[in-house]
Amino acid sequence: MSAKTSAGKGVRVAFGSRWSHVGTALCAVSLIALAAAPFWGGRDDLQLLSEIYAYVALASLWNLLAGYAGLVSVGQQAYVGLGAYILFALAILGGVSPLWAIPLSGVISAAIAIPVAALVFRLRGHYFAIGTWIVAEVFRLLASQVSLLGGGSGTSLLAAVVIGMAPTRQLRDFLLYWIALALVVVVLATIVLLLRSRYGLALKAIRDSELAATCNGIDVRRTKVLVYIVTAFGTAMVGALIFLQKLRVSPDAAFSVNDWTAFVIFITVIGGIGRIEGPIIGTIVFFVLRQTLADLGTIYLMMLGLVAILVMLTTPKGLWGLLVERFGWQVFPLERKVVFEERSAARE
Amino acid sequence: MPDSAQAHGQAPAAPLLAVTALDAFYGDIQALFGVSIEIARGEAVAVIGANGAGKSALLKSIAGLLRARPDAIAFEGAPIGGMPAYAVAARGIALVPEGRGLFASLSVEENLLIGGQLGRPGPWNLQRIYELFPVLAERRRLPSTSLSGGQQQMAAIGRALMANPKLLLCDEISLGLAPIVVRDIYARLPAIRGEGTSIILVEQDVVQALKAASRVYCLQEGRVALTGAAKDLTREEIAAAYFGI
Amino acid sequence: MDWVNVILQGVLVGGLYAMFAAGLSLIFGVMRLVNIAHGDLIVMAAYVALVVTQTLGIGPLTSLILVVPIMAVIGYALQWFVLNRTLGDDLLPPLLVTFGLSVIIQNGLLTLFTADSLKLQSGDIEVATIRLVEGVYVGVLPLLQFVVAVAVIAGLQFVFYRTALGRAFRATADDPAVAQLMGLDNRHVFALAMALSLAVVAITGVFLAVRANFDPSQGPARLIYGFEAVIIGGLGSLWGTLAGGLILGVAQAIGAHINPGWQILAGHIAFLFVLAVRPQGLFPKVRT
Repeated sequence: MSAKTSAGKGVRVAFGSRWSHVGTALCAVSLIALAAAPFWGGRDDLQLLSEIYAYVALASLWNLLAGYAGLVSVGQQAYVGLGAYILFALAILGGVSPLWAIPLSGVISAAIAIPVAALVFRLRGHYFAIGTWIVAEVFRLLASQVSLLGGGSGTSLLAAVVIGMAPTRQLRDFLLYWIALALVVVVLATIVLLLRSRYGLALKAIRDSELAATCNGIDVRRTKVLVYIVTAFGTAMVGALIFLQKLRVSPDAAFSVNDWTAFVIFITVIGGIGRIEGPIIGTIVFFVLRQTLADLGTIYLMMLGLVAILVMLTTPKGLWGLLVERFGWQVFPLERKVVFEERSAARE
Repeated sequence: MPDSAQAHGQAPAAPLLAVTALDAFYGDIQALFGVSIEIARGEAVAVIGANGAGKSALLKSIAGLLRARPDAIAFEGAPIGGMPAYAVAARGIALVPEGRGLFASLSVEENLLIGGQLGRPGPWNLQRIYELFPVLAERRRLPSTSLSGGQQQMAAIGRALMANPKLLLCDEISLGLAPIVVRDIYARLPAIRGEGTSIILVEQDVVQALKAASRVYCLQEGRVALTGAAKDLTREEIAAAYFGI
Repeated sequence: MDWVNVILQGVLVGGLYAMFAAGLSLIFGVMRLVNIAHGDLIVMAAYVALVVTQTLGIGPLTSLILVVPIMAVIGYALQWFVLNRTLGDDLLPPLLVTFGLSVIIQNGLLTLFTADSLKLQSGDIEVATIRLVEGVYVGVLPLLQFVVAVAVIAGLQFVFYRTALGRAFRATADDPAVAQLMGLDNRHVFALAMALSLAVVAITGVFLAVRANFDPSQGPARLIYGFEAVIIGGLGSLWGTLAGGLILGVAQAIGAHINPGWQILAGHIAFLFVLAVRPQGLFPKVRT
């Protein structure tokens, strides 16, 4: 673009494409339908949907961490378990209402994530990954040392605490369902807003080249630590909610690397890493496979691992990446476009 | 200087290496446009040109580090374009890479030994390399990073010779070295040619290149702008081809 | 004498951890790949040894003659057909693929052998002990395992710094593109490195299976111990890895002596402590 032509035009940055307007509309419609699920679905449906929301949220958070900030963690189960244990501790030992304990567990976990970040950020790349795993193991072992919360075998929420949330079981189901839906919406909205902020641009720059980003005045480490802490905050709240729905927590379940990291990574990679839509598509694929193949047990897990490896080797951008390349689809308005507008003739 | 007496830039029949209409790319950027060069057995050819003219791209394509059409590069009559670098090396083409590319965790002698790891028979072995560059013998046990720039260049050339190549490709061996060191290194080239090894010298230092080579190709923006016998080209011709003026 | 015994046991177990670490360190040194399936491959080697001993009716230590080459071939094939395709600037593909591999191996072993704990029987050698001084005894088997661990580290050190293969490993690690100019096919060099790594894994797996019970879920913990030993010892240094393994083993032994529930935790804490005060490890390789 030569100076001559740009002088005659105004420049602004716009988000999204034609597709993303369609996508936003679709999102709104499905959100209303999902919010009304208690009125059209049974108890099993609500449970399945809640579980799906939890995985969409966890996978989106991991995607933010690994796909956008380049922090490939295999230890996010640390924060799922931490959130769960903080919720149980607050509710059982502190007498705090479980509903309030969800955001609180997020805040406390984020605070714990700060010193953890200081430690694991000393490791780079692959070593960072395993370092996060060790942190999760430390948390698991510490949790099993807390005899007030049942030690290695875990503990359950007292009936009084459960009834305190809502008087009937149906109301409780509805309440927890709506919280789960609200949580996934908040997580997705936060990620979209974060990526549209100047941090989003910084993350994009870091992903392309850390060196170039540093040279352009981006504090790479600070940005990454911020993402790590935000992710810990969200992941812990999701973990707290998951185990509030289960009403029971144990170290092995809460800090499970398979449930909260392996599946989450497979979901994100199959759906498309580094794209907001990826984890959502991946979760749908994951649950369709699970509902049809779960009877196979261990063979199902092997197939899931195999599918993830094949996707990584053949279509590293995942299923959604494939669709974007073919059709230019985009659901969330994230793409920045520079728009050149003709200035009014009078001012020329 | 021994010269294979070729009349006015005409390469003899059945060249050792023939590059024909070669296009080369760095990612999406095209670096070479239909470049053709030839070199005979025992010949030394200089490829000169300004920064970004495509000299290194030419050597990298020949050495197998850049993709090329199979028939764009023929070595001893066989198409080698696009062959992986290790396979090209096995056929007897050795590249002294720009910036020398010594292995930092290997000692000087280990660098030489790994150059000879293909076990190609020929005149060069550790002892001969140490005779050619005595300073390397003194420092053989030291890490390659402890050498001075000129010594590193000698080690890089020695490493390439250890493969007993039929064709030696030298990418900017004068780069970053003091003139006296450059002269010192160039003074060893006749000994290398004396063993029957052909040499392609890529240089920005035109004076050195013209002295060492019998023929010259001048590249400009990815194309051959001038070619001829080194002794016949005038300063003006070269300047015009070099700078495109 | 009590504490002497505790530390001695820690040192002997530490040899095993150093072996976990050696294979991991080798791969990272050559191709900057952290193999998340490393621990699961160790457990897999134990099961391969189980099948070999049962089929041929030979002892576990004799079975190494077969288990080592079997695992080496598996390593070569794994690198050649799968992992070579993941190498590049992006660190996610190798991480994800080895993570997927870990899940596949664990569940594959679970399908074939169930979750039951098993142990390889090595006969009289298991109960034989040597008295060092009054009150301090060491088992012959743990001692043998420790000697093997030191020998494995020394062997790797020799291969790495004294042989043409080691030269090729180091050269390829330094600069893969220039290594190709020397006629080295990176894919082949990497596959050889993985084969060597899995040969070490095979030895490790057999000793693990002779010393203690094993089951398909144990892999990740072996990976973590190996990793901790690598970081404690300092990246890129094989003898440092041995030291890291010993420190980890002693830390765990001391933790277990204070409270059985603290054994593994004590090891992790030693690791985190080293990471906090000396992130380059205790014996980092000095690069000139």
